[in-house]
Amino acid sequence: MATVDIKSPKTQEEQLIETLGFDDHFHDHHEGDKYRSNFINTYVFSMDHKIIAKQFLITGMIWALIGAMMSLVFRLQLGFPEESMAWLKPVLGKWIIINPETGMGTLSQDFYYALVTMHGTILVFFVLTAGLSGTFSNLLIPLQLGARDMASPFLNMLSYWFFFMSSLVMMYSLFLSTGPFSGGWTAYPPLSALPQASSGSGTGMTLWILSLTLFVVSVLLGGINYITTVLNLRTKGMSLWRMPLTIWAFFVTAIIGLLSFPVLVSGFLLLMFDRGMGTSFYLSEIFVGGQALDHVGGSPILYQHLFWFLGHPEVYIIILPAMGLVSEVLSVQSRKPIFGYKAMVFSILAIAFLSFIVWAHHMFMSGVNPFISNFFVVFTLIIAVPSAVKVFNWITTLYGGNIRFNAASMFAIGFVSMFISGGLTGIFLGNSAIDIQQHDTYFVVAHFHIVMGIAAFFGMFAGIYNWFPKMYGRFMNETLGKIHFWGTIIGAYAIFWPMHYIGMAGVPRRYYKFDTFTSFSQFDDMNKFITIAAIITFSFQVLFVVNFFYSIWKGKKVTTQNPWGATTLEWTTPIRPGHGNWEGKLPTVQRWAYDYGKDGKEFVTQVTPMAEGEVSGDDH
Amino acid sequence: MERTIPGKYQNGKEDRFANNLNRNKIHPQKFALLVACGSIMMMFAAWTSAYLVRKAAGNWLEFQLPPAFVLSTVVILLSSLTLHASYRAFLKSQEKQYRYLLLGTLALGFVFLFCQYRGWTALSQMGIEIGTNPSGSFVYVLSYVHAAHIVGGLAVLAVACLHAFAQKLNPTPKRKLRFELTFIYWHFVDLLWVYLFLFLLSQQA
Repeated sequence: MATVDIKSPKTQEEQLIETLGFDDHFHDHHEGDKYRSNFINTYVFSMDHKIIAKQFLITGMIWALIGAMMSLVFRLQLGFPEESMAWLKPVLGKWIIINPETGMGTLSQDFYYALVTMHGTILVFFVLTAGLSGTFSNLLIPLQLGARDMASPFLNMLSYWFFFMSSLVMMYSLFLSTGPFSGGWTAYPPLSALPQASSGSGTGMTLWILSLTLFVVSVLLGGINYITTVLNLRTKGMSLWRMPLTIWAFFVTAIIGLLSFPVLVSGFLLLMFDRGMGTSFYLSEIFVGGQALDHVGGSPILYQHLFWFLGHPEVYIIILPAMGLVSEVLSVQSRKPIFGYKAMVFSILAIAFLSFIVWAHHMFMSGVNPFISNFFVVFTLIIAVPSAVKVFNWITTLYGGNIRFNAASMFAIGFVSMFISGGLTGIFLGNSAIDIQQHDTYFVVAHFHIVMGIAAFFGMFAGIYNWFPKMYGRFMNETLGKIHFWGTIIGAYAIFWPMHYIGMAGVPRRYYKFDTFTSFSQFDDMNKFITIAAIITFSFQVLFVVNFFYSIWKGKKVTTQNPWGATTLEWTTPIRPGHGNWEGKLPTVQRWAYDYGKDGKEFVTQVTPMAEGEVSGDDH
Repeated sequence: MERTIPGKYQNGKEDRFANNLNRNKIHPQKFALLVACGSIMMMFAAWTSAYLVRKAAGNWLEFQLPPAFVLSTVVILLSSLTLHASYRAFLKSQEKQYRYLLLGTLALGFVFLFCQYRGWTALSQMGIEIGTNPSGSFVYVLSYVHAAHIVGGLAVLAVACLHAFAQKLNPTPKRKLRFELTFIYWHFVDLLWVYLFLFLLSQQA
């Protein structure tokens, strides 16, 4: 078992836990031995939430690299459609078509669509759902609530391994001779429902559905665990209103996931029946290659309803954990209590509620009745209210704070910047009248990449830099972290800012090239610029990965229990906590999570009892 | 219910954090199962809403549900009654009733599946195949996926029977919890079928 060398003297927190803590006799039952007796059950089939968190994180990072490299390939196509891609032949094989006379290599059009589809699927599900919420919910829920582990460590392990199987299936589909699925990450029928529709619609789509179904199982197993742990395994004194905002965010995220992912599965199941059993849920009278198919009477719009009933909450499944992490990091690193704690919680709940009644704003152009669109426009725009409350509170938390400008806090501030920039364009797109003009253009691409792609990544980076010391007992390199930050924020804006202009001019997304549209040739240079910016930004992410793995083994060692001076419970554990997290008793919680700069003290941990006559920090 | 996780507030001491006691009134595994049931319910709710949306779009073949589905509904309701009686007997330590009522529940579960099978063949004889028209496809999909959940329930009941017959009746908290988990899940799939059946019935012309 990993233990600390600095046994004595005991820190103040350790003494407090010893005197006031709660003895659950955990270590009398030798639970630790059962979990960590050999290499396999310590690091591979681990039931320890901290190891599972790392498994989610590292698998997510591998997928992030693959997904990002895919985007570079299609960005090269968009920025430099006339250049030869023959040099990519060794990697992409037959998907680079070499002209035998000129030797010029072009990217196969089928594969271009496969790349776009896979980039979306991988980033949305594997990286920003599993890699973000999977990592930090696992790491922080038990640690910040004072629990020994998740409610069911076994289901938690299964959750990761379902994700792993799902990853393997998706990875396998990349190597099919017919290519992976290529009908867009939303998998609209008929491209997804007819195996003969395109080369990726056959085996590629079958594996895509299989992979995502396994993925949903993983999310559900994880979610059941997160909810149960939050409601049942909080330590003594940890009332709901004393939970850090991270936990609130993970908790609500899990609830949204449990309510929306099953709907996606039901949509997928009908899709499977249409593909394999001859039903016509989504397929109406259709001709393929001049031949009429037997399908009659289905409605592709039905799939869109079922898909977006998950699809829209999914956006919040991605962004809420990032919001939670950012709230915590901003408060800790600016040495101030979070501004408006209860407003933050209520805005999380409001966003969660609204996320279920706005799905059709993805379908304004799908033939939805315009009167129904009005309803969805109104609720979509109302989401701006709780979002603005959160932004206001983050900025007010920073205001007048004693801010430490380290990589963690810079990424958290960067998150706020990205969230504002991307959120504003959401107000454009939420109006159905404007959306008629803007839909399916690069304006939409710019909007959602900034608001949920880049912003969620910033939240994730803030979380990684901030909790890396808890995960590995070492710090990440600060200088590299700052270089990573500046490269990423400048790079991300350089990529997506120009896309707004291109999109306003009407350039459609998903096109392979624009040489037949003379009016779009004026954007050739801008497309080159975006591609170059994307390549440079990607290289900064490589720097991050290098820093991450270098720091696991060679980073500066953490020597104090609470390096950031934070108040929450995870910093009262040993520097490298073993199974069960706390060595002796469980801590009991005496106060809310944000006592910074109170009564002349820089910070007061949650295990410190209230002084005589002290007013609770959240009483206002 | 007595707490069964080692070291979770078994000392019986007065706890000054009232909410702390409250939150442990329900066992985490039981709670997790209820959450999972809610999640499964969402999947079926999605289908029944899709049914309504699709039906409103027209091209909808009307037909009568075969009587086998009525019979299966009666059978599954009966199985919930026997399971409930078995649980009562378990609490009162009436070993014989407990064992045979549990076995009866398992048998009724199989009878239910058989009735569903008869329902599917009856549909097929009426000329309603899975691909004929979405109105029939929905009935097949709903009953197939529900049957898959019943198979899961039968596995759980079989394990419960194995425990009942292999061990002496001794209502320890651990066994009680296990029984309650079985109990919740089986009642859930029962009510789920009743919901689906009433829904389909209400949609008939």
